[in-house]
Amino acid sequence: MLPDRGLPAAWRALARRAISHRIPPDRIDWQGGGNLFADSPLPTETGPHEVRVGRAFLELAGSVLWHSAPERFDLLYQALWRVDRGEGAPLSAADPLGQRLGLMAKAVGRDIHKMHAFVRFRELPTDGRRRSFGAWFEPAHNTLEPGSTFFVKRFADMDWLIATPGLTARYAAGRLSFEPGGQRPDLPDDASAALWATYFASIFNPARIKLGAMRAEMPKKYWKNLPETRHIPAMLADAEARVERMREAGATPPRPGAGAVSTRYRATMPAPADLPATLCEAREAAMQCRRCGLCEAATQTVWGEGDSSARLMIVGEQPGDREDLAGRPFVGPAGRLLREAMRGVELDPDAVWLTNAVKHFKFSSRGKRRIHQKPDRREIEHCRWWLGLELALVRPRLALALGATAALALTGDSRPLASRRGTIETGLHGGPVLLTWHPSHILRMPDRAGQTRLRHELEADLAAGRRHVAAAARQSTALLTAD
Amino acid sequence: MKRSLQDRLAILSDAAKYDASCASSGGEKRDSRKGGIGSSGGSGICHAYTPDGRCVSLLKILMTNFCIFDCAYCINRVSSNVERARFSVDEVVTLTLEFYRRNFVEGLFLSSGVIRSPDQTMADMVRIVRTLREGHQFKGYVHLKTIPDAAPELIEEAGRWADRLSINIELPLDASVRRLAPEKRPETIRTAMAQVRLAREAARERTHTGRKAPRFAPAGQSTQMIVGADGADDVAILNASSRLYSGYRLKRVYYSAFSPIPDASAALPLVEPPLLREHRLYQADWLIRFYGFSAGEIATGALAGHLDLHVDPKLAWALQHRAEFPLDVNRAARDRLLRVPGFGVRTVDRILEARRHGPLRFADLVRIGASMRKARPFIDLPDWSPGRLIDDARLRARFAPPPEQLRLL
Repeated sequence: MLPDRGLPAAWRALARRAISHRIPPDRIDWQGGGNLFADSPLPTETGPHEVRVGRAFLELAGSVLWHSAPERFDLLYQALWRVDRGEGAPLSAADPLGQRLGLMAKAVGRDIHKMHAFVRFRELPTDGRRRSFGAWFEPAHNTLEPGSTFFVKRFADMDWLIATPGLTARYAAGRLSFEPGGQRPDLPDDASAALWATYFASIFNPARIKLGAMRAEMPKKYWKNLPETRHIPAMLADAEARVERMREAGATPPRPGAGAVSTRYRATMPAPADLPATLCEAREAAMQCRRCGLCEAATQTVWGEGDSSARLMIVGEQPGDREDLAGRPFVGPAGRLLREAMRGVELDPDAVWLTNAVKHFKFSSRGKRRIHQKPDRREIEHCRWWLGLELALVRPRLALALGATAALALTGDSRPLASRRGTIETGLHGGPVLLTWHPSHILRMPDRAGQTRLRHELEADLAAGRRHVAAAARQSTALLTAD
Repeated sequence: MKRSLQDRLAILSDAAKYDASCASSGGEKRDSRKGGIGSSGGSGICHAYTPDGRCVSLLKILMTNFCIFDCAYCINRVSSNVERARFSVDEVVTLTLEFYRRNFVEGLFLSSGVIRSPDQTMADMVRIVRTLREGHQFKGYVHLKTIPDAAPELIEEAGRWADRLSINIELPLDASVRRLAPEKRPETIRTAMAQVRLAREAARERTHTGRKAPRFAPAGQSTQMIVGADGADDVAILNASSRLYSGYRLKRVYYSAFSPIPDASAALPLVEPPLLREHRLYQADWLIRFYGFSAGEIATGALAGHLDLHVDPKLAWALQHRAEFPLDVNRAARDRLLRVPGFGVRTVDRILEARRHGPLRFADLVRIGASMRKARPFIDLPDWSPGRLIDDARLRARFAPPPEQLRLL
């Protein structure tokens, strides 16, 4: 009564009818197609009892039904009976029945997966426009029907058939049909088989034999339909000798002429200038900086950008996560805040030189995130070489230090910022340095009011900086005209 | 005389086998019902296994094994005397499609030696994949290796056609890269990884007009590190991996035990590949990605910078943190259960599901599939308590293989 094909729907209909009459599992002979034992056949009408089951049961049944074990129908009905009665948790892996059904579903899933992996098509002669392929496969369970959708999706532009002992799937002109299976069909030799064998033998590394791993994933029962497995004995027999030959050969002298090729390439690689004379050269050299250990973890050097003859230079602490990835300063959240604040006081971000005291991102990894770490004094001092070059080559009228690290780098003074903010100090380079908050310090403020206050102070300092460089410019123009 | 296709396939697949990755999972769901050939998405498929235990999922080949770089660990380095060959665009395309139609592979993994310049090499490789995608409507999986120092525009285009991009970090320490691969620059390798991460994030966002941005490497990026070719210890390797995962959202870091190559360089030892070490590194890598461990925590179970070869890294960690055990399996939170040796992610999820129906006992855990031999000393159950076992000084010896018995000569 249960068909070879369309099994899930058929079993579900029978099971629904049986349980609607509350017929207990032990009274049904599923091997006989869902008949009741001895006394009477299953009623043809649906009974009064309605059963609701969750998606988990339907999914489990949808798998287990393709299993080859004859008791699968009975076990599923037992589970359905217990679900309906609320007897324990028959689908749980901790329940003996649930464990058994779980293992059966797993075996079916694995069998389908192995079919998708191990079917080997051979090309068949055809006079039509579509190419045609055929394969013989021996699944462990009744998995061709549920497994064939995969082939329909993948090989839609060709005709194919997969023959198995129980069932044959045929896909022709865009339609899938099934017919009874049987004997292994006569499939012609395939021209690509030799290339495949060559590939299989060549991709194998004889220096690392792991036979257990191979057999676990490609069980021997499948080997007879996998042409490449015929080469395994020869590959293994030769493996040890090949490795031995490598070892005996040892290191070989380099190929003549090779040195010239790599030397020529190396000559095209950028080499840092010892004493950069331009900002461009300085940037090139900084990209290869290894003055401290930060370069090992960071992605890249983040060099300054903006107007290379700017009157105002703004110096932050170090690139953050986004800056490190993009290779540009002030492109993350703190940079956004800074750029907004600059626009608020009519300071054009493109008209200043934006850079950092330390040019590499310092962080610690925590799961998927990189947590910012403050650069230490030594790292700041190593990186001062680059900041000094930027100051010397841009020659700003004023440097604006954002936060304590920039203040330390520019002035050499590590006193707390709170009492110094808004004032101008003389930097190590001899020029004026205006001190203010770092925008990320503002972002870290827990309360709204504090954030607003610091933001106003930052804007006031930016405005003061703008006025300072404007006045300095007027003064030098005045001096020039006085001459 | 030009070599036959079969001879060149032998040379160029032999040259490709030192790349461990053969994954074909994840990425975009596609199929051929609306034209073309092939499908992808979901779990990957291993179509065969070779006796080295590695899966064959993709046609893994080099476009050419000619190379102007001189990386000491690589069989294709310019100074090696290995036989050289090159495929044409059509040859790679035809091999891929014909293997694919016979269900031998999930797609193509294309790498290459560097010829003429990084940009020209990358452009040739991109052309192959573009031909597969545009010319043949190939919907299968493509993994494309990006060439170090190739122009950002080429990586941009590579990401449009490929499912996965990868660039090998090669060695865990920058100094080792500079010493053994003098033409490679660790900082530009990382910059390329950062570019791929940012491009992937941009592709997931919608444009301001609400249109979906063009696809970019939907199956993500990965990298490979050679283990045992330099002096780096396991803790250094795991720290490097953590940085790669957190910085560039890599799907995988592959560890490849350095194995002897024909025509070896004098710069490297011809030793047995450290396969067990490689295995322990993969286990530790799993703990970082799926079990909430940090590289620092795993390091507490290491011995002088190296993972314990005799017991797995989670057990090694647990033996050093016995105060956190035994754990009450019926009450502990998921992140604590994940720390029990012998409990995998699947086991833990089943425990959480099953204990909703009632308290779990010893036999229930056996049915669920927990490895109780390992878990036993670390857990409490209604019918099981480890007693003093957890504090037993000989606990490690219960798991480690017995020391080799010395015999009289």
